[in-house]
Amino acid sequence: MRYERPETIDQATSLLAGAKGKAFVLAGGTDLLVRMKGDDFEAGLVVDIKSISGMRDIAETDEGFVIGAGVPCAALNEHAALHAAWPGVVEAANLIGSTQIQGRCTVSGNLCNASPAADSVPAMVAAGAQAKVSGPKGTRMVPVVDIPLAPGKTSLEKGEMIEAIVLPKRPARAGDAYLRFIPRTEMDIAVVGVGVNLTLGSDGTVETAHVALGAVGPKVVVAEAAAKTLVGTKLEDTALATLAAACSAASSPIDDKRGTVAFRKDVAGVLARRAARIAYDRAGEK
Amino acid sequence: MSFDAAYHEKKLNSVGTRPLRPDGVDKVTGKARYGADFNVPGQLVARVLRSPHAHARIVNIDTSRAEAAKGVKAVVTAADFPDLTNGNAEMYAILDNCMARNKVMYDGHAVAAVAAIDAKSARDALRLIKVEYEVLPHVVDVDAAMLPDAPVLNDSVFTGGVEPTPTTPSNVCNRAEFGHGDVEAGFAKADVIIERSYKTEQTHQGYIEPHACVATCNKDGTAELWVCTQGHFVFRQNCADLLGLDASKLRVTSSEIGGGFGGKTHVWTEPVALALSRKAGRSVKLVMAREEVFRASGPTSATSIDVKLGATKDGKITAGLATLRYTGGPYPGMWAELGAMTSFACYDLENVKTVGFEVLVNRPKVAAYRAPSAPMAAFAVESAVDELAHKIGMDAVDFRIKNAAQEGSKSSYGPVYGPIGIGPTLDAAKTHAHMSAPLGPNQGRGMACGFWFNFGGQTSSNMNIGMDGTVSISVGTIDVGGSRASMALIAAEELGISYDDIKVVIGDTNTLGYNDMTDGSRGTFSSSMATVSAARNAIEVMRKRAAITWDIPEEDVYWEDGHAKAAGSKYGNLSPLSVAEIAAESGNTGGPIAGHSELIADGAGVSFATHICDVEVDPETGSTSVIRYTVIQDAGKAVHPDYVEGQYQGGAAQGIGWALNEEYIYGEDGRLQNAGFLDYRVPVCSDLPMIDTQILEIPNPNHPYGVRGVGETSIVPPLAAIANAVSNAVGVRMSHVPVSPPRILAALKAEANG
Repeated sequence: MRYERPETIDQATSLLAGAKGKAFVLAGGTDLLVRMKGDDFEAGLVVDIKSISGMRDIAETDEGFVIGAGVPCAALNEHAALHAAWPGVVEAANLIGSTQIQGRCTVSGNLCNASPAADSVPAMVAAGAQAKVSGPKGTRMVPVVDIPLAPGKTSLEKGEMIEAIVLPKRPARAGDAYLRFIPRTEMDIAVVGVGVNLTLGSDGTVETAHVALGAVGPKVVVAEAAAKTLVGTKLEDTALATLAAACSAASSPIDDKRGTVAFRKDVAGVLARRAARIAYDRAGEK
Repeated sequence: MSFDAAYHEKKLNSVGTRPLRPDGVDKVTGKARYGADFNVPGQLVARVLRSPHAHARIVNIDTSRAEAAKGVKAVVTAADFPDLTNGNAEMYAILDNCMARNKVMYDGHAVAAVAAIDAKSARDALRLIKVEYEVLPHVVDVDAAMLPDAPVLNDSVFTGGVEPTPTTPSNVCNRAEFGHGDVEAGFAKADVIIERSYKTEQTHQGYIEPHACVATCNKDGTAELWVCTQGHFVFRQNCADLLGLDASKLRVTSSEIGGGFGGKTHVWTEPVALALSRKAGRSVKLVMAREEVFRASGPTSATSIDVKLGATKDGKITAGLATLRYTGGPYPGMWAELGAMTSFACYDLENVKTVGFEVLVNRPKVAAYRAPSAPMAAFAVESAVDELAHKIGMDAVDFRIKNAAQEGSKSSYGPVYGPIGIGPTLDAAKTHAHMSAPLGPNQGRGMACGFWFNFGGQTSSNMNIGMDGTVSISVGTIDVGGSRASMALIAAEELGISYDDIKVVIGDTNTLGYNDMTDGSRGTFSSSMATVSAARNAIEVMRKRAAITWDIPEEDVYWEDGHAKAAGSKYGNLSPLSVAEIAAESGNTGGPIAGHSELIADGAGVSFATHICDVEVDPETGSTSVIRYTVIQDAGKAVHPDYVEGQYQGGAAQGIGWALNEEYIYGEDGRLQNAGFLDYRVPVCSDLPMIDTQILEIPNPNHPYGVRGVGETSIVPPLAAIANAVSNAVGVRMSHVPVSPPRILAALKAEANG
């Protein structure tokens, strides 16, 4: 196995493009290093991207917040403007693993790992985040929702890597939230995760709503119909009940070691209701 | 020398204090050497090939390509383990479990092992071993395994303990019954009867340190084994028996232990490492991966238990009946029997009957887990006791107090109790502030009692008095929870010297006489007894040496406050001699001074505990938080109270994990789905409240300081205490442990839907 630590994106993508056998991008390494210890792991190349300029920066640009692929989740938490604009995304990122893990792991890695239970992904999808994807053919912007295809499988082509995640600018009266269910209090993996992103009109009516569900399908689920039920409401009890039912209906989970179909569908609704309430309150405070 | 082990009350200076443990700093700084921290020059690395099937016949194993691979020094299969067990079924089961002979009996069963020059060569070689399997139908569920049409794991097993012995083989290998009186007559006298069925899932001890060893077989027939174990003498005997070595030539040294809880009382990979070393002619290191620990070591039984309990309106239990079915993995055990013995041990019952069925399933061979089999039985019985109390409108504590066993009660498993602590723990629970603290919305309180036998057994210990008057002690029981500190305290008390002047080590198998394992909560009980005996023998020697120094008759020298003193007025000017002074002169008075002890520590007092817990349940998700937890347990005498509290808290923490989330989950294919700490959910720190403890001290009459074992009982009540609390919080009885969020939510929905 070859280890490379390129200093430019071009070097990184050409290494990845030219790799024989399986090639992996190493950012925080919190998934990759564990997998490397497994008996079945085989790799021809590991490309460590942390020395590439800009990879470990959060920049506030005209596009919004540009989060380099090497930025650890803990750094999101320490970025006051980002935290103020996207508290739901930041919280989701900081539910991953332990404090030590959060000091290494990245949202780009969480996304490319393509686990349906990834915590930061529903929050990013609800937020309308884009991935800046670089490859031998140049750079393209891809909605985060289109990166994972199935468990462990992404839409990235050979030689491509995520350079940054871009979170859009925030209007006034906007708020987001992410909640997940785990049987423990921490150090666990989502049985259900729900991201909600709302913007309100001046009278407190929901103007736009985005809801994304994690761990209830082979990839993150965009609950468009459920989100629509919130538009025009002020999150009255009936609106929340409708949202919950719609989220349960949008879920297509499986029975597995982490939960049952019935449990996941129920809890998706419960968490959607609770996350919507938090997002709404946050939006109202701005 | 004769040794009086009887309890005598006396003023204590060292016992009962809380000095720092001698092994603490090394452990928190990473200096302590655990199983995998030991290396020898030229050692090979071993890996084990394991079955991917729950049940299959091994048609053929071809190891030729692996043997020819670069870096590979030895490959072993069952062919390298000839059957030397002479019809001993228990040893044969261990042999077959270490390396599958004709069939693989569970997912993860070892079929071959490789020793190579490095980990990669060993791993690559495993892929070159071709095993041809004929897959057989499997069964993992305890109730399913008892059905007439269940796949039979072993067609030479006919249910024992029933007359006449059945003529067809089954997965039920034994039936055991306990009790006294006439339960039917008892139920006829009851005003209220409840009859319930319960289930508990299989859990693992979850020790943080995986099994690890380094084995060296020498050409001259001697061998050495460095190993993480709860009982190096037992490992020596088992390995020697299985491999045809002389036990006296196999020297076993125990490492520090990163948790065992019963799971390190059994050999798994050690005979394999020795066999590889014998074949390769080199030392072999074998460390299990976490996945292997889950798939192929431990775990405890899964159970299915029926309880019938009757009481009069004024709260007297008239009869108790329990039928207990425990999985043993693929080999016979006595797990249900232990469950049947412990079920009603807390109560004074006129009519009681318990029946245990041992059930074979395609899961790993069950190993002891902290008070093995008792937590599940207590879950069932204490759930039923709670429900019955509610039903007759009596407070759950009062109901238990009214029926609690006491000194002179005939226990449900036979013996008549001496002085015991169940009543006092219940009285303490009743008056504990926790019992009357207010509860908030969605909160519930539960309580439950627990019992464990405790064990004593064979023990030996050496005490050497150094020339400088400091003392070193060798004991043969592994220190799993601070027992070295306790031994030093006991020795300090006996000798009248400072705790800091005593160093305790765990001797290897060639330096001490045979010691039973650290199991049955026997470590501190039995080794402290041997330490007292050794100290008293050393004091005898020191009295003689003082008599020589003073040139007076030995009988005129007595021992007091850490000094030899001359008796009577005729030696008026002789100042007392300290341990250090006597030791300094030892070269002139007869040579080195030592005390030895070899004994069977009889009279381990039975142990009881009562636990109280408060939980809060989110009714929309079924998520349970434990918000307050109190352990009240009889210690006899807490030698080092910190480590007694640590045992109470540790047992409660493991029980809480078992009650709420821990379980083995099998797929349709009989393969374990959650062989890792991510999906086998032991509690993390933030899952637990501070676990409060109250130590009661009802002296054990059979120990010089009144000590009882404390290590196991604390895991017995939590399953029931938590389930009772959850049931009280949500208003629905929870009868299936773990009471995980999906189970709670499903129960709430079922209740709401009528």
